[in-house]
Amino acid sequence: MATLAEKIIARAAGRQFVSPGEIVTCRVDLAMIHDSGGPRRVAPILRRLGTGLWDRDKVVLISDHYVPGGDEASDGILQLTREWAKAQGVIFHDAQGICHVVLPERGHLAPGMLVVGGDSHSPTGGAFGAYMFGVGATEMAGVLATGEIWLKVPETIRIEWQGRLSPGVVAKDMMLALIGAMGMDGGRYQAVEYGGEGVFALSMQERMTLANMTAELGGQAGLIAPDEVTAEFVAAAGGTPGDWQAWQGDPGAAKERHVWNAASLAPQVAAPHSPANSAPVGDAEGEALDIAYIGACTGAKYEDLKAAAAILRGRKPRMQVLVAPASARDQARAEADGIMAVFEEAGAEILPNACGICAGYGTARLGADVRCISTTARNFKGRMGDASSRVWLASPYTAAASAVEGRIADPRPYLEGA
Amino acid sequence: MPRAWVLGDDIDTDALAPGRFMHRPVEELAANTLADIRPDFANAQPGDVIVAGRNFGAGSSREQAAQALVIRGIAGVVARSFAGIFYRNAINLGLPVLVGNPAVEDGAEVTLDIDNATLRHEAGETGLEPIPGFLLDMVHDGGLVPHLEKKFRGKA
Repeated sequence: MATLAEKIIARAAGRQFVSPGEIVTCRVDLAMIHDSGGPRRVAPILRRLGTGLWDRDKVVLISDHYVPGGDEASDGILQLTREWAKAQGVIFHDAQGICHVVLPERGHLAPGMLVVGGDSHSPTGGAFGAYMFGVGATEMAGVLATGEIWLKVPETIRIEWQGRLSPGVVAKDMMLALIGAMGMDGGRYQAVEYGGEGVFALSMQERMTLANMTAELGGQAGLIAPDEVTAEFVAAAGGTPGDWQAWQGDPGAAKERHVWNAASLAPQVAAPHSPANSAPVGDAEGEALDIAYIGACTGAKYEDLKAAAAILRGRKPRMQVLVAPASARDQARAEADGIMAVFEEAGAEILPNACGICAGYGTARLGADVRCISTTARNFKGRMGDASSRVWLASPYTAAASAVEGRIADPRPYLEGA
Repeated sequence: MPRAWVLGDDIDTDALAPGRFMHRPVEELAANTLADIRPDFANAQPGDVIVAGRNFGAGSSREQAAQALVIRGIAGVVARSFAGIFYRNAINLGLPVLVGNPAVEDGAEVTLDIDNATLRHEAGETGLEPIPGFLLDMVHDGGLVPHLEKKFRGKA
């Protein structure tokens, strides 16, 4: 009996099977890097070691953290990124959106792959039944040079969602509730596998939000076994779903199991300064706000934009709304079906397809004492702006309803009869 | 005499490596490590030790979070637990990270012994979980890159 994580790791390690706790060396199927932890950090290391890339066709570089630039240091990082991409001949998606969204959108992921990403939200790839995890730049340099990485075979923590979410409740709420209950180290750097009716009823972009926030749950990877929805998405993106039926965990293989009820879940809000400070929206209702940020890999994909627009349509927000669509393609899709027009009519400011304020790099940051509701993944003190700014995390529905009222609000009344 | 800097749970990478300095030279970032939550950390001296609670280094994969402490000469971090990516980054950059829960006060005089996995303090000595052998070698070499350089030189 083996879990999905064990099956993928065993295959990548060239073994029949592996057991939790043992340290194995895996062949890497794909490495993803971005402009922050990528060329500017790894190139000097590769030079120092006098080595090049193990396989440039398996390296995907995506610029997103310093896009669009605008100050000398950020512009310099972007220029270095572009020059390195050209010199090395790696696969390069320049300013096309946030890496975790662009990678699957361009067909780079498939079930059963072992993928290393130079970013902590790399567990997003687990939505496709891949074992994907994040590392720092020095470790990534080792991967780029050798095509290998060591890992300690994780235990699998299985999260079972029974029933289906009710209207106005989304994957972001599921993750905030989990993190609130289990803490930011509840995942213990093990593999977290999401299953049950409530998960398989979700679209791929929603599943990506689940897998993504495994980072805030403290897991190494967050997996969802592939099904027909996965195979269809991968094929439509130009990828190869392959033998996806084979990449399933054996029933009962996971030792630790938590059961949750999707149907009774309420929208969640995480208060400053931790994603673990989450509670049903009622607990935070009425909290005054200055700004709503609809952005990030975990909060501004096409479906997130659609959710926010469902509430903002025909309504005037009482505060500033910033929208940073997670990828150029998602923005184009949202333009085509009138979603972007809703944001424009609502007076929202549209920001570039990049990490933006979520990463808090560069100059676009929240000012002193600003109170923000955000669809992003982290509300650590000072992350998105001044140390005195405060961030509440919530779904795009909740962020939009709060924008309309100028204070934290339950989105569900807005969706009644919709 | 080196001192202990006692911090709480979930000390995150954004506190260790503030985003507003991520595009700046890493020395400038290191000068501002922990500034948002412990402004007096600016007074930390080389050889000082961080003693923290659960999940130290939570959040981002930015290894500048560990590198900042190396640049500042911090002898190591002792915490009840570490976030996974941070732990790997720390070893890869030569920052000793040991799991333990010593009862020391903020500012107490301490000495960290990474080979014997102990923290010495006024009240005696607290045993820590040792760094696994193959990772300890890497720490002694100053991290993954010097470790690989040494290995390659050995082969040449």
